[in-house]
Amino acid sequence: MPAVQETIDQVRLIDVDQYKYGFETEVEMEKAPKGLSEDVIRFISGKKGEPEWMLQWRLDAYKRWLTMKEPNWARVSYDKIDYNDIYYYAAPKKNPAPKSLDEVDPEILKTYEKLGIPLREQEILAGVEPTNRVAVDAVFDSVSVATTFKAELAKAGVIFMPISEAIREYPDLVRQYLGSVVPVTDNFFATLNSAVFTDGSFVYIPPGVRCPMELSTYFRINEKNTGQFERTLIIADKGSYVSYLEGCTAPKRDENQLHAAVVELIALDDAEIKYSTVQNWYPGDAEGRGGIYNFVTKRGDCRGRNSVITWTQVETGSAITWKYPSCILRGDNSRGEFYSIAVSNGKQQVDSGTKMIHLGKNTTSRIISKGIAAGKSENTYRGLVSAHRKATGARNFTNCDSLLIGNQCGAHTVPYIESKNASAVFEHEATTSKISEDQMFYCQQRGLSEEEATALIVNGFVKDVLQQLPMEFAVEAQKLISISLEGSVG
Amino acid sequence: MADVTLMKTPAETALAQAFESAKTTLPGTGESRAQAFEQFNSRGLPHRRVEEFKYTDLRTLLREVAPFAGAPSADQARSALEGAKALKGVEALQVPFVNGHFVRDAVDFHGLPENVEIVPMAEALANGHDWLAHLSPVPWANDNPVYQLNTSFMADGVMIRIAGPVATPLHLRFVTAASSAVATATRVLVVVEEDASVTLLETHESTDGANHQPNDVVELIAGDRTNVQHVRVNAEGDKALALSTLAAKIGGDAIFNSINVVAGAATSRHQVFAVLNGENTNLRVNGATMLKGSQHGDSTLVVEHGAPHCESRELFKTVIDNEATGVFQGKIIVPHHAQKTDGRMMSAALLLEEGGSMNNKPELEIFADDVQCAHGATCGQLDEDLLFYLMARGLPKKDAESLLVQAFLGEALEFVENETAREALVETVESWLKARA
Amino acid sequence: MLEIKNLVVQIEDKRILNGLNLTVNKGEVAAIMGPNGSGKSTLSYVIAGKEDYEILDGEILLDGQNLLEMEPDQRASAGVFLAFQYPLEIPGVASMTFLKAALNAQRKARGEEELTTPDFIKRVNAAAQQLEIPKDMLKRALNVGFSGGEKKRMEILQMALLQPSFCILDETDSGLDIDALRIVSEGVNALRSPDRAFLVITHYQRLLNHIVPDTVHVMHAGRIVKSGGKELALELEANGYADYRETEAA
Repeated sequence: MPAVQETIDQVRLIDVDQYKYGFETEVEMEKAPKGLSEDVIRFISGKKGEPEWMLQWRLDAYKRWLTMKEPNWARVSYDKIDYNDIYYYAAPKKNPAPKSLDEVDPEILKTYEKLGIPLREQEILAGVEPTNRVAVDAVFDSVSVATTFKAELAKAGVIFMPISEAIREYPDLVRQYLGSVVPVTDNFFATLNSAVFTDGSFVYIPPGVRCPMELSTYFRINEKNTGQFERTLIIADKGSYVSYLEGCTAPKRDENQLHAAVVELIALDDAEIKYSTVQNWYPGDAEGRGGIYNFVTKRGDCRGRNSVITWTQVETGSAITWKYPSCILRGDNSRGEFYSIAVSNGKQQVDSGTKMIHLGKNTTSRIISKGIAAGKSENTYRGLVSAHRKATGARNFTNCDSLLIGNQCGAHTVPYIESKNASAVFEHEATTSKISEDQMFYCQQRGLSEEEATALIVNGFVKDVLQQLPMEFAVEAQKLISISLEGSVG
Repeated sequence: MADVTLMKTPAETALAQAFESAKTTLPGTGESRAQAFEQFNSRGLPHRRVEEFKYTDLRTLLREVAPFAGAPSADQARSALEGAKALKGVEALQVPFVNGHFVRDAVDFHGLPENVEIVPMAEALANGHDWLAHLSPVPWANDNPVYQLNTSFMADGVMIRIAGPVATPLHLRFVTAASSAVATATRVLVVVEEDASVTLLETHESTDGANHQPNDVVELIAGDRTNVQHVRVNAEGDKALALSTLAAKIGGDAIFNSINVVAGAATSRHQVFAVLNGENTNLRVNGATMLKGSQHGDSTLVVEHGAPHCESRELFKTVIDNEATGVFQGKIIVPHHAQKTDGRMMSAALLLEEGGSMNNKPELEIFADDVQCAHGATCGQLDEDLLFYLMARGLPKKDAESLLVQAFLGEALEFVENETAREALVETVESWLKARA
Repeated sequence: MLEIKNLVVQIEDKRILNGLNLTVNKGEVAAIMGPNGSGKSTLSYVIAGKEDYEILDGEILLDGQNLLEMEPDQRASAGVFLAFQYPLEIPGVASMTFLKAALNAQRKARGEEELTTPDFIKRVNAAAQQLEIPKDMLKRALNVGFSGGEKKRMEILQMALLQPSFCILDETDSGLDIDALRIVSEGVNALRSPDRAFLVITHYQRLLNHIVPDTVHVMHAGRIVKSGGKELALELEANGYADYRETEAA
């Protein structure tokens, strides 16, 4: 298995500095005044050249947010966030809305180069087989700095652009779907996002179209004291298909930074959306200083018959992860899937899982969750599976396994399984265990070091989920997992 | 804890008034009562936003508080006990309670079996007693509002000491016999000393047609190398709102095997709080719940593996007919030091008809790395293929269903060691199924 | 005894039986052979009354009674017995409990008295001995943890106890070694009688060396395409099913 070899090599190569995306880019930035107020929201909306309805939408959300309380039910603890000590908008001063790659600040281009994100279409073409091309939307703090392959995608009828642009160019589409899956008032962080969101991607796949390439967004937080409020909206019209990938990194800092995203997916009749995330925000140092607070609301609506939404996530970064990518299975025969690997080390805290809400007839869902806790971290799976009265023939299978490495971490499983339909069949199984000594001994006897053996066994543990990722991402994810666990043994 | 200050419900106000007027007449100094009630009152009745009561919202379910029952007359007690049927065929030393009060006359204190001592709780509370120090063996149970209410209002009960092996089972028989609704709060403490063994039967019955509100707590402290077999039956009346708690602290190299069979009450919630306090202990907590009509049955369970090398098995079976609602909440906690823990929890539910609901919440909370823990939960209908197979052999549909339901519940009952008790439980299942057909 | 007329059956919009006609007389052992997917197992399920199938046309008469109007348990009481290709495991139900429940349910349905326990045990033991079924197997949960051969023997034990008038053996030989095949066949042969008919469904001729049929029917694409005596089975063994793919019923 080459992938396993890759991991082992990677583990060998690791230097002391484990988080390799922790550098900072020197770019002059324009920011909104610190803190949150109606004026700041008007400022953001103005910068984006938004229509009046969008501004009103934001202001309504803000008013609502002021009355809400931060949720405290998740198994995470952190110092109180001062929402007035954050910059809600930061954009490169030089040309915040470049028309082409030539207009983008070279420092920023270098950043993406260092991150290994290809932004030049010709480079991509030169390097890789055409079938493996990926269109990228690069979001730098509060703005999208480049989107590749737009023209080629447009030929197929696919709309792929920053959401701020879509609000101006396709206001009707945006207005129809924005907030239709995650209502403005859904939860504290989603409401905050609705008030202040800055950029993210907008995708529309027309009826019957199979998107000709993978779409992806690469999120980078760079500026200090700045929150990132990403908003992504993906609509797969009848009979269409799209695979979307998302990646995230941030510089190493002692302060905590807030990322509060909202992602909405809508799949109409016979449509399919695959959404994959490799989340590698800065996790903080071994003592728990710094790191991203990742409070994310992701939800997919299988609105049409026979529609399919698949969430795959590899979560290795962030100081705090609070994230439950969910599926509302509204259309008859629709299917929701959730595949997750959550790795925590150091003092990371992960509270993540999914919700599968069965509303339509013969809806099916599948949940495979693999949690790996090391160091002094806390790793919680929290999930809901529910069948409503009319969800005749609903089926769910859930498997969530946790692995503990070391004796100072915690792995927790909190599933909620609610059935109001006799013909619904739900099966849930969960295990928690450690890497067995026999397995370790066997590997070591064959010559692997303890660390290599651990990597090997962990790879086996997460294999079911890795297989769900597009190939390039799977390799990347595998490296990430082994890096995250660096220093966890011995 | 509570984010929002909610208006006091009439039931909460009534409880506060009831406590005010009862606190001077209830036995004992009242310090711990006052403290428990204060804790309860500061948060009020638990509702769906309180995680542990998410599926059993007592704020909604408890509308009117029934008056706390006084001690029955000798005649009342006798006739109540004559009418009691649960586990009647099992030979056992009877320790009966009527309307929440210990029936002293029914116990021959001079003729108690060897190794058994019994002290009436009201007397102990009023006059003081060494064993009272053993109350509340599971400290975190004190945070539970149902438990707090029992501590606030407990009027009577018994304290039992088992000093060595006891061959005859002890039958804690709780009977509520009153034509109009009454509330009761009984507390039983059983201390099983090292190397001792005992079988405890515990049955709860009340008259149909009245909204009785029993809130009973049984506490168990079992020392090292003990073997305690516990069989509990809820055969409460059809209108009862029955709350109950088993709090157990078990020593090392011990065996504790407990089952709760639910066949009664309009609403019931049975809480088990168990702490394994010594190594190499074996715990089994099972449940077999049968619900029909609009019954609501909640089994809540927290098992803390407080020591390494222990094994726990939890198997809960719930059968839901008509529009009934079943709840299972189970949590296994394994702290850092409890290495080599082996814990397995399973909840399986059968929905026999459209309209029923099942809520399952099996949790693992694990801090030790060298453990094997698992939980599972299933929910669904009877297997169509099995039904067909049975019908192809000539069984009518209802009979085939009954056979499968019996087998389903039987898996939880088969661990009952006392044969007569097990047979009686099987009969309980059969008669429930017969009533259904 | 059994008469099937123009039976048309589909499952999930897929036509499985396509105007099947078949008559089996009292005392007759009829074999149905055919390639995989020809509809053999469907036929056995439809006779026994499994729910998932949609009957579009035709009828199935047992001694003149229309089976299609009856529930599976009523059919069983009327004398239909299906030995399953894959007998089901029923955890928690002891084999003895199951046998008694089935036997008494059928007796009750026929207006007969329930058997007393000693009488019942005597019958089970006699049948079990013949099929070389050890007693402890009867105490275990039905079919749970049984080997393939044990499950098939348990099916024949049930047949012997329930004394049906029309027995269907669905691929009973599958998964049996030669000894198990001999035991099972002897069990079946012992039950042959002028009042009882058998429908033996099999892919291979092997079983028919042990349970010799009176008639052999070849099934293909949901209907009987050829019928004959026991020599037809040997012919099939030699030439395979290919010859019958395009043949019409004689």
